[in-house]
Amino acid sequence: MEEKIKLSPDSFEALPKAEELDNEKIAAPSLTFVQDAWRRLKMNKGALVSLVVIILMIIVAFGSTPFINHDSLVKSAPKYANLPAKIPGVPINGLNGKLKVSGEWVDEYKENNVPANKYFVLGTDYLGHSLAQRIVYGTKISLIVALVATFFDLTLGVAYGIFSGWRGGRVDNIMQRIIEIISSIPSLVIVVLMLIVLKPGMTSIIAAIAISSWTTMARMIRAETLQLKSQEYVLAARTLGESPWKIAWKHLVPNLSSIIIIQTMYTIPTAIFFEAFLSFIGIGISAPQTSLGVLLNDGQKNFQFLPYQMWYPAIVLCILMIAFNLLGDGLRDAFDPKTRR
Amino acid sequence: MRKYLLKRVFYMILTLFLVATITFFLMKLMPGTPYSNQQKMTAQQIQIMNEQYGLNKPMWVQYLIYLGGMLHGDLGVSFQFSNQPVSYLIASRIGASAQLGIQAMIFGVVLGIIIGSVAAVNRNTWVDTLCTVLSIIGKSVPNFVLAVLLQFYIALKLGWFPIADWGGFSYTVLPTIALGVGPLAETARFIRTGMVDVLNSDYIELAKAKGLTRYGIVWHHALRNSLIPLVTLIGPYTVTLMTGSMVIENIFSIPGIGEQFVKSILTNDYPTIMGVTMLFSAGLVAVILITDVIYGIIDPRIRLSGSGD
Repeated sequence: MEEKIKLSPDSFEALPKAEELDNEKIAAPSLTFVQDAWRRLKMNKGALVSLVVIILMIIVAFGSTPFINHDSLVKSAPKYANLPAKIPGVPINGLNGKLKVSGEWVDEYKENNVPANKYFVLGTDYLGHSLAQRIVYGTKISLIVALVATFFDLTLGVAYGIFSGWRGGRVDNIMQRIIEIISSIPSLVIVVLMLIVLKPGMTSIIAAIAISSWTTMARMIRAETLQLKSQEYVLAARTLGESPWKIAWKHLVPNLSSIIIIQTMYTIPTAIFFEAFLSFIGIGISAPQTSLGVLLNDGQKNFQFLPYQMWYPAIVLCILMIAFNLLGDGLRDAFDPKTRR
Repeated sequence: MRKYLLKRVFYMILTLFLVATITFFLMKLMPGTPYSNQQKMTAQQIQIMNEQYGLNKPMWVQYLIYLGGMLHGDLGVSFQFSNQPVSYLIASRIGASAQLGIQAMIFGVVLGIIIGSVAAVNRNTWVDTLCTVLSIIGKSVPNFVLAVLLQFYIALKLGWFPIADWGGFSYTVLPTIALGVGPLAETARFIRTGMVDVLNSDYIELAKAKGLTRYGIVWHHALRNSLIPLVTLIGPYTVTLMTGSMVIENIFSIPGIGEQFVKSILTNDYPTIMGVTMLFSAGLVAVILITDVIYGIIDPRIRLSGSGD
């Protein structure tokens, strides 16, 4: 049965050399984790727009610091009180200094004998403060609160989670019970208690958010650390005698980074909401200081007659919240493609 | 199961005890006095008042009295609300808050499930986009802003519902919507994600192959399985509703717990603050325990081990 097949060298044909090499070539450049996430984030238009909006808001809010000082913010000017928005050269009713009073548009600037060259881009509040200035300042307060909440999430939450997960056993058990207790007290109650003990204001809001914001982060970090702990590369590092600190910093934190980023993005809108909420019901930041919540509360009282006083801060607050929520969703999809739908 | 329950109840009591202790001592650190016109009162009057409210005893005695009273359901006497017992104040106001909270929860969850399912079934179409946009807006617009807008445009301008106060069902409609939008948005997102997951699974494929209708598949197979994890959200929703009640009840002048809480904070009414704090904490702890147990029962894959999960 066996037959010898004779193969002569010329029955083979060499392929062109270049093509052969191409098969081996990796087409896409290799990307690092962050580059990969950024590539995915760029495809998400909503998240990208939100990112731009947030950056703009940060620039405007913090860049305004030298221009909006505390004195001009607090000094009231009753003769300019309750003026609607006026932007020179914009002939739209509502933005040209006119206000609808019992169905008719009345030029409030003329009625109140405001000098012709004086105008307020977003109008004034009941004490004659420029609403635009107050809104920018309020946005700054919101962003500062967000920043502080993030800071505690990143430091306390991450460190607590890693430590608890890494140590395991009894320590872990006790640390988890502590978290369980803290998180079963409604954060509202913690906030209120802090506000009562400290004076209402920035410090107490920040302290309250600091106490209540980090537990979710700590829980998630701990769960993930428990898994990472048994990974081979961590085992290898331990076998080589690496110190736990270095393992945590070099191996755990980079591998936890996606959870950290995603969770932070959920903390921020919550913190911003809480500040606005507390100021709105009158136990947060109080006059003469201002924040978006205070502005909403002031505006709400006159909403029937001067709707712009509530609409403008409400719009800014909503944009801020929507932007952070959209960016958070975008980052989650970018860093954790498994959850992507 | 019994061991797990006992352990959980023990932690529940421990938590409440800690909350009571912390609240009590924080109250004592509070600046300001409970008397609104202390300057006008003579030293003797202040002493009599202190004696009447037990404020002249050493702090630890006050603490023990407080804890002892709480075991009997005695939360002290309100400083502000015409000397009524706090437990009576709470009892007389809890009905409105509970009704509002339950209505808002049902409104949010049911509508959220519908919107989420519709979005998942019509995935990547304009319907889905619309639902996603709505849920992002619902999640982002603070409920107190929404409440003011609803009150003004629907109640005042259109006159469809009463502007404020507490009467029949029509008085509850707007506050329910304002309070329920947060849970609604969250539920819709959650159901959509879960449902898309389930719709891609093999047994849905099989159900399709069997020739079941689209409605049958969604109703019998997809929805049931994506509903289970929703139980875990009841705890967070309770927190949202408690927080929301403080501001919504104020805006719509509803005689509920939240409105009273804000008033008592603004007037340094320690016993009422402590009472409502304890009520909120107890409510949340109980809800978390109940949902954990329910979750274990309806989804046997979750073991009720209690060993640090």
